[in-house]
Formats: sequence, C-alpha cells, structure tokens
Amino acid sequence: MPRITIDPITRLEGHGRIDIFLTDQGAVENVYFQIPELRGFEQFCVGRMAEEMPVITNRICGVCPEAHHLAASKTLDAVFGAEPTSVAKKLRELLYMAFFVTDHTTHFYALGGPDFIVGPDAPPSERNILGVARKVGLEVAGEVIACRKRNHEIITFLGGRAIHPVAGVPGGWSRSITGEERTQIENAARKNIEFAKFSLTTFEKIVLKNPVYLDLVTSDIYLHRTYSMGTVDTNNQANFYDGMIRVVDPEGNEFVKYHPSEYREHIAERVEAWTYLKYPYLKKVGWKGLTDGVESGIYIATPLSRLNVSEGMATPLANAEYQRMYETFGCKKITNARYQPIHHRLATHWARLIEMLYASEHMLELALDPEITSPETRTIPDPARFVGEGIGSVEAPRGTLTHHYVTNERGVLTKVNMIVGTTNNYAPISMSIKRAAEKLITDNAPEEAILNRIEMAFRLYDPCFSCATHFLPGKMPLTVSIRDRQGMLLRDIRRQG
Amino acid sequence: MSEKPKLAVYWAASCGGCEIAITNLHEKILDVDAALDFMFCPCLMDTKKKDIEALPDRAIAVTLFNGALRSEENLEMAHLLRRKSQLLVAFGSCAKGGCIPALANFTSKEELLHSIYLDNPSVDNPAGIIPSGTTSFPEGDIHLPGLLGRVKHLAQEVEVDYHIPGCPPEPHQIWNVIEIILSGKLPPKGSTIGCGTLTVCDDCDRTKEEKRITAFRRTYEFYPEPTVCLLEQGLLCMGIATRNGCGAPCTRANMPCTGCYGTPDGVSDQGAKMVAALGSVMDIGDTTGLSESEITGRVDAFLSTIPDYAGQFYKYTLASSTLGGRIGR
Repeated sequence: MPRITIDPITRLEGHGRIDIFLTDQGAVENVYFQIPELRGFEQFCVGRMAEEMPVITNRICGVCPEAHHLAASKTLDAVFGAEPTSVAKKLRELLYMAFFVTDHTTHFYALGGPDFIVGPDAPPSERNILGVARKVGLEVAGEVIACRKRNHEIITFLGGRAIHPVAGVPGGWSRSITGEERTQIENAARKNIEFAKFSLTTFEKIVLKNPVYLDLVTSDIYLHRTYSMGTVDTNNQANFYDGMIRVVDPEGNEFVKYHPSEYREHIAERVEAWTYLKYPYLKKVGWKGLTDGVESGIYIATPLSRLNVSEGMATPLANAEYQRMYETFGCKKITNARYQPIHHRLATHWARLIEMLYASEHMLELALDPEITSPETRTIPDPARFVGEGIGSVEAPRGTLTHHYVTNERGVLTKVNMIVGTTNNYAPISMSIKRAAEKLITDNAPEEAILNRIEMAFRLYDPCFSCATHFLPGKMPLTVSIRDRQGMLLRDIRRQG
Repeated sequence: MSEKPKLAVYWAASCGGCEIAITNLHEKILDVDAALDFMFCPCLMDTKKKDIEALPDRAIAVTLFNGALRSEENLEMAHLLRRKSQLLVAFGSCAKGGCIPALANFTSKEELLHSIYLDNPSVDNPAGIIPSGTTSFPEGDIHLPGLLGRVKHLAQEVEVDYHIPGCPPEPHQIWNVIEIILSGKLPPKGSTIGCGTLTVCDDCDRTKEEKRITAFRRTYEFYPEPTVCLLEQGLLCMGIATRNGCGAPCTRANMPCTGCYGTPDGVSDQGAKMVAALGSVMDIGDTTGLSESEITGRVDAFLSTIPDYAGQFYKYTLASSTLGGRIGR
C-alpha cells in the first residue's frame, strides 16, 4: 500500500513525523502522527527538592518556559500551603502577559500567520516573516523584532534571567520591581496594544476582506466539532493565569466546570504503542478513537477553545474584537455574552490575535496597579501548613497546562505528573492532518497544494513543532515521500526554500 | 545557491531554549543571516538525513549542536553531523554536559518508561502498553526510535571542537562566539568559549565576609538579605563551583545560582567542586578533642540537611561528571 511520510516536523518533546497510508486507488486509508522522542521529566524529577521544579520544568520547553515556571510555582504554593501575596500574583501575571504578547506575535508573523498574510498558494520561500514584510510593509519585520525585544527585556528582569526564569518560589516571587521598571513595562504595554490593534487590522484587510481566504477559513477542510476547554475567572471570562477549567460541548453547552486540582476526574491519557506521546481525552465522555462529535471525548485547548468557553473578554478592546469574530461567523448568542462555539479551526489565528490584544490591555492594567511596586512579594511558608501534594495549572499559549506533585515530609518529590499544552491537542491535530489529507490528496492534486494545506492543518494549533518548518529565512525544505509497502519510493514531492 | 559558509543548528534531546536564545539576538540575527548561510535544523531523519548524507564531508562550516543524546536517532545525527562539519560545537549545557535530560541517569530507562506509561495518575492503559519498536497495522509498519540506556553528552560520542556553556547560553555570549567564528581567529581546539574562565562569584555583586554557616536553608524558608553572599546565608548557591560569563543574573534576582554554566576552567567535576567549597563554609562547631569518627559524624549530620545534593550539584553536568551514569537507586 502506498505510504506518504511527512518528515520533518519538529518540536514537541523534540520531533514529529506523519505517515499517511493510501489505498491502491490513492485514497487516504489512515494517518499516523508520531512523536518519536521522550525525555521523561515525570520520572527524573522524582527525588528532587520540590522547590527546584520551577527551574527544572521550564526546561521542558524553551519556547514556553514561562508557562511551566508559573504552573510549577502555583503547584508549590499548594504543596507548601503558602498563599502568594497579592502583588506576587500580579507580578507573575505581568510576566505572563508580556510572554503571551511575544509568543503570539512570533506565531502570527513568523510561524503560522504567513500562510494567510502571504497566502496559502504563495511559494514557501515567501511564506515567512520576510514575505510578510514584503506584503504588509518592510517596517513590519522591524516592528516584530522590536515587539519581541521589548517584551523579552521585561521577562528577563521580571523573571530574573532570560529564557528560563528563576523568580518563582512557593508563596510568591523572589524580586519586586522598581518604579523605573514599572514605567518601562507601562510603555511597553501601550506599544503592545497598538501593535495588537495593527495586527488585527492587518488580519482583517488581508484575510477577512479577501473572499478566497475567507472561503478557506470557513471551508470544511478545517472543521471539527469537538469539545472546547479553557480557564475562566469568577465571571466565566478567559484567564491565562488562574481560575476554573471550563469545558463546553460542541453545541456550546457547559459540559463541566472544575477546579484544576480535580483534573484526574475529568482527563485521562491514552497510550499507543507506536508513539511516545499520550492522547488526553475527557474521561466522562470516553475515548472513541480519532473522531469528533458529542460522543467523542476529544477536546481542543487552544486560543479558539479559550474564547469558545468564555463569556466575552475581560478587557474592552479585546471584547469588541471577540464579538466581531463570532458575529462574522454567524454564531448565535447563547448567553448574554457568549456565542455558539466556532469549529472552523483556521479561526484559531484570529482568536490568537484577540488574546494578544487582551494580554496587552491586561498588561497595562497590571502596570498601572498602585500595588505593583510593593516589596511584599513573598509569603514565607508556615511549616504547620505544609500539605505535601499540589496541583497547579495555567493556560499555556498552546493549551491548558497542569502540574501535579506529591512530596515526602521533607518536600522531596515522590510523584510527578504533567499534562502539557500541545499534548491536549494531540488527537485534534492528528484528526486535522487526516482530514486535510483526505480532502486534498487526489491523483492529480498539485504537489505544493498538498504540502501547504496539510502544513496549515497542524500549524494553526501552534504546536511546539511549527518553528522548524517555517522559520525566518524560509529555508526549511520539506519532503513528502510516497512509498509502497516495501518502502520503495513511488514519488518524491520536494520543496526547497 | 549562496557561497556563504554554511551554519547548521541541530537539536537533539533539548527544549528549544537554545534556538530561542539565538532568536533573542534580535536585530543582530539579520547580521548572522547576512554573513552565514543559516540552515536551521537542516537534518531530521529519513529523507532529510539523506540530504545531509549527500553533502561532501566537511561541507558545513559550523554546526551548533544543542541537546543531549537520548535516542538512537540523536546518536546517528551526532555522527553524521561530525562527518559533514568542519567545526562541531557543543552548544549549550545539554550538549556539553547532559543538563536536565541527563537527570534521567539517576534512574533506569525501564523505570522511566514505567512511571510515564503505567504508574501515572492520569494514564488510561489497561493493556499495559509501553511504546517501543515496530508496530504493525494492516496498512503497514510504524517504527519508533529506541531510547539509549543512559543519556550522553556530545563529546562522549564524537570529537567536539568547541563547547559553549549555558542553559541556554546568554545571547550576548552567542554573539561573541559568532564574532569569533567570523573573524577566523579561532581559539585552541577543545576550548570552552562564549564564557569566562572564573566562577559566577566573580560576576556577582554580593559581598562575601568569609562567614561560616551553621545550617543549610531551603530557598522558600526566608527572604535573603539582598547584598550578602547567598551561600553565606545558608543557601546552596552554586556560583562558587560554576563558570562565569552569564553576568550572575540569578543572584541579582535574589535566587541562588543553579549552576547552568557548568564547571569553571581546571575543574572536571562540578559536584565535587561544590562539596569541597561547602567544606570551607560549614561550621561544625568546636572539634577540639573529638575523634575522627565524631567529626565525620558532625559533617554527615550537616550534609544530611540537604535532601538531594546529587540532583542539586549535578543538575546540568551529570552526564559529564565523574559519576557519569546511573547512581543512587
């Protein structure tokens, strides 16, 4: 039977690879999306001192170390029974907003967005940040670099160092900020807001006003009716740092709302022999294979799903954009503030920009908070309140991130479990790849179209492996080999950057 | 095709932080792109691997190899890239000393797989499946690359020309290295570059008073005094056993150095160096008239207040330490 192998896709505990099996007639028989790499943090963290976890687990991912750092810090709050001070929570959240802005910026302009901005049928050598610059204006590349730079500077001083922060401690944050630093953050937040608005305008001009792109966004190639997951605050509005986990069904009805500490009652992870990554699913719905619908426990945890579960956005500009997106898709309101879920997965790009605007606005709110320069950044844990077990979660840019630690009486880890952002979406990504392959692979399909549109199917999730196939100079050649069952090459589709 | 020297960045078992550190050169990344033919991760398995295999030997001017060696595939790529590169650089602490992924060497591969797939709070695995080997489906076979018995660092497998420490390396140090490469004035082979030759203490502003400590303290137990040496306040700050060049940002943020730049010049084992350093700050009281075994007892009692000194002192260098592989259980 002919087989197509898409390799490389990288990044997600390392690498990823796609095998597409075809029938002799050339139709898609099955698709296997394999993660061939495992480091095993859940095992080798056992025996470590629990307070080291914010520094150890950020090394799970160098792209979103801030998410692991904060999830670990929150888990330690619970393990040591130490409620962080008010300003500590705000400083953590401030770092996180700066991180969301830079991370979503990178995705929109360098990783996933170029598919749209430059166009899905543009040559791959154009579908990158430089192509974006040519299309939107040369100064845009400079703006993207400036945005990453100003936010990474803030992350560096706020978190204590670049890339892998160190400031998270049980009960708080190791450093306060000065008045000068606060001013720098405020200025950056204001620039972020302008840049997010500019990005949304760009998206509207280029994608929404172009009937060809709009058709693609609303086409059924990228449609899956699954459950949606996200963290919400006490008003049931999206929150990245803290809250309850809310899940809505494909119709938009609230299926469950639970505290992150109850994750074991709601999430289970399935093991397959041919891949190192596990498949999470909703335990109370059950695993029905790689299929969507209300009977299948597969859910998404993405920017789009976070908006699907949210009663509008907590900041005004982002909320206006939120309403506009759902109205554009013709979704009906099901509460005063919330709409029917959007299932067109390419809308994730739009949702990501709305989140970027929210993060920018909220960053400004935090920078203007009179308490933010308070030196009271730590609650020193009281040994009498020591718990020895904790669960903490945040919304990583790529999905809900959960850490769970058990320790002995000396605070040494005896058990560790983690469900990380992209992992939540392992099944949905696999489904999207299969669907795109089914719809697109025909005997006479143009080769570039197959590659581009299959890539778009996984890239919209911003899975950690998107960067290698879409990095700055667009020099990432991608090869699809179609083989027979004996592994003989039937056809080689090759792209050079 | 461009005639610029080829630069490859490959990642094995790592987190991607090294790539982000390179990206955090910000506007200077454009200078790198102008001077070198920047091949990001050019070489991933299968058909891609064939492309690299098809290159003449030494066709790549410089390969920055990050990540530890965890799987059979990592190993193959290390050998292949060695052959195809004029300069092979162990980039970052994973490639240099195993770093965090090498903490897995405290345990066995079997225990690791067991706790991920079988003994895990959220796993659903009634059939007791542990992913491995080749799985046959009606459509065909899917092969999963195996894990090595223990995590290795790059120089344990192939000859390495230069080492760049850091988890990840600081961007200003990456830029220094790129300038060295572009200048062609290369230091002696085998050097550790993009760093200092002393210890983090030499970069740290805090004052040392040659004070002895009566007990070790955990980071969460107190708010450290902001200008005084953290080790002398009882924290297990690794600065004294760690190479400088980072600028000591962690101690400035009131947190101890965790040792990510690895051993300083002339030191082969970071943990041993740390233990030696601790000997000079521990106050075990007046030992006049005590027998040797009584003194040893006091030292042991002092050290036993650190529940995990191995994980603490070898966090970034276990694979390259004299302990090397599996210790403990």
